[in-house]
Amino acid sequence: MNHELKIMAWARKDLLGLEDLSKEEIELILTTAESFKEVSTREIKKVPALRGKTVVNLFYEPSTRTRVSFEVAAKRLSADVINIAAQESSARKGETLIDTGRNIEALKADIIVVRHSASGAAAMLARNVSISVVNAGDGWHEHPTQALLDIFTLKEKLGRIAGLKVSIVGDIAHSRVARSNIWGLTKLGAEVTVCAPRMLIPPAIEQMGARITYDIDEALREADAVNVLRMQFERDEEAAFPEKLEYFKNFGITQERLKKAKKNIVVMHPGPINRGIEMSSEVADGLNSVILEQVTNGIAVRMAVLFLVAQARDEKQNNID
Amino acid sequence: MKNKIILIKNGRVIDPANNIDEALDVLVEDGRVSKVAKNISSENKEIIDAQDKIVMPGLVDMHVHLREPGREDKETIASGTKAALKGGVTSVLAMPNTLPAIDCAENVSLLKSIIKNSADATVFIAGSITRERLGRELTDITKLKKEGVIAISDDGASVDSDDVMLEALKIAKEQNILVICHSEDKALSANGVVNLGLTSTRLGLRGISQESEYKRVARDIELAKKADAPLHIAHVSCKESVELIAQAKKMGIKVTGETAPHYFALSQEAVLGYDTNMKVNPPLRSKDDVTAIRQGLKNGVIDAIASDHAPHTGNEKDIEFEWAEFGAIGLETELAVAITELVESGLLDWSALTKKMALNPAKILGINKGTLSIGADADLIVVAAEKEWLVEKNSFISKSKNSAFLGRRLRGVVEYTICGGKIVYRT
Repeated sequence: MNHELKIMAWARKDLLGLEDLSKEEIELILTTAESFKEVSTREIKKVPALRGKTVVNLFYEPSTRTRVSFEVAAKRLSADVINIAAQESSARKGETLIDTGRNIEALKADIIVVRHSASGAAAMLARNVSISVVNAGDGWHEHPTQALLDIFTLKEKLGRIAGLKVSIVGDIAHSRVARSNIWGLTKLGAEVTVCAPRMLIPPAIEQMGARITYDIDEALREADAVNVLRMQFERDEEAAFPEKLEYFKNFGITQERLKKAKKNIVVMHPGPINRGIEMSSEVADGLNSVILEQVTNGIAVRMAVLFLVAQARDEKQNNID
Repeated sequence: MKNKIILIKNGRVIDPANNIDEALDVLVEDGRVSKVAKNISSENKEIIDAQDKIVMPGLVDMHVHLREPGREDKETIASGTKAALKGGVTSVLAMPNTLPAIDCAENVSLLKSIIKNSADATVFIAGSITRERLGRELTDITKLKKEGVIAISDDGASVDSDDVMLEALKIAKEQNILVICHSEDKALSANGVVNLGLTSTRLGLRGISQESEYKRVARDIELAKKADAPLHIAHVSCKESVELIAQAKKMGIKVTGETAPHYFALSQEAVLGYDTNMKVNPPLRSKDDVTAIRQGLKNGVIDAIASDHAPHTGNEKDIEFEWAEFGAIGLETELAVAITELVESGLLDWSALTKKMALNPAKILGINKGTLSIGADADLIVVAAEKEWLVEKNSFISKSKNSAFLGRRLRGVVEYTICGGKIVYRT
């Protein structure tokens, strides 16, 4: 594989979502991640690719798993990592997101990894700083690295993405993971079905390229993979949220349901799992589950993303000089 | 007083009130239009050469938020009316959602004193329908009218109670005052920030349905019919609302409608980058809706174009999309957007445009404006219709810069604005 060519194909300083990316750009991230995956198996798990660079994890929402994954990824690339657990502020109280971003830029950091409860926050930040911004989840909008690691894992397991049938089950309406997966998977040629109670399907989702079913057995029947979303029952401000046990009964993934599915169906979950709500413990720990492999692959994918955006920015600066 | 006698020579004069669209001279004396004819003698007069220019009545913008009193950081009567004159607007209707709201005689007289001291254009006053615009207790509409209020509206909010709204319409009819409706059922638009549908789904934002608008339009029309009172629907943004107004007009109900430039020039796709200047209420709608609005303008269902000029400071807009304020400024761009989108495309001719932006709003409000009839107030503008310009932040006179048209190239530059017989703006 020609390493130089790969780098030249990536020109974005930011990764904000998969909707913006071409098929080729997504494939480039995946192949770059493949080459980084091996690093984590070495005795000394480090390469100097981002030595001297500073990555700031700016997290406005509590998230251990994504934050830690980005931190490990950055450290395995030899970057310096700063973690900021920030408070969201409205217009009149506290520092604005743009001001915070500009302060981080003034510290001469190179990449901001941002997690925020407001959709579009990463895009707004990226418009207002010249350093790289990687979206680690913005509101209900996108969570591109999660979808990329899901796709990476799927490709590793099944050898391809094109032609696969993938079902996404759970709260589609409020899920950034669902949106990023729909964009990414459909661009790579997979067929995506979303499955949820009626009130958790957002309007016009078919126009994003997904098919809808309200029947979990139908969602599983022909699927090569099922991506099970975390149900966030703390969203009680949203009307008409289903009751937990009722949800498990109607949409939970169980061994009985999997018996009617393809034998090798791949079961994914972005974590953290609510055992006994989205899926039974037997399924979570069972043979079809790739949930822990997703975590491992998350490191490689995030290494690839950090590496590519940093390269793109260096490239741009060299061109200016 | 200087500029007492002004002669505007050789312009293409557009005055639909008198069926005029031809090259003529316009003479302005003592604050009034005194003659419109060919070859008026130019002795002892200040001459404006309007060769190849459009000469039309000053615009009457019936939907403007001047923010004073209370939010002088966004706009003042002084800055807002200066912005108006630059945009060719000589009369505005100031919406009552100020701090305090214009909901009692005392607040009207406070506003009148500010206007007297600082307005450069003519400011007409809208009072609120209910106290503090809360939708509960009616204001003293009779008293408001006596103080000089010419229309009532709870703009920014709709009166939810059918009984309160019906009562308001009945009193308004008696008092010969116009009711203007912000038609939105907030129970249906619940915390939404963009048009409901593919756009809200793609952006991961809460949606505002067309239904939340047109269901309330239908109710408001129904109540107007019951009260047999005139009703004006503000900022019409969707197809169904246009259809409802068309039906009502056919049935002889006294309903009129207005739309804003962003509803005929922009569709929901403009929001996809989370640009908060595109966050308006009602939201930018689908392309089908935009087509319906344009057709409504062409076939007369929509009577007027108004800016819904809604200034907000940078710190209220340069934040996360869902927390940013709704609204965009429009006084300085509305004419150019209308020329670019409606006249250049052949949808409206100059007379029709002048009706939508000057004559019709004046008629709806019952004010003596929007014409170049002999003896009329000399409010008129000279427009270089083909001149192109770039909308930039620093081009605005308004205190706020939240335009939905930043970065756009538009056609049509106001070269002179004459208000009350005086040249009050020139490029």
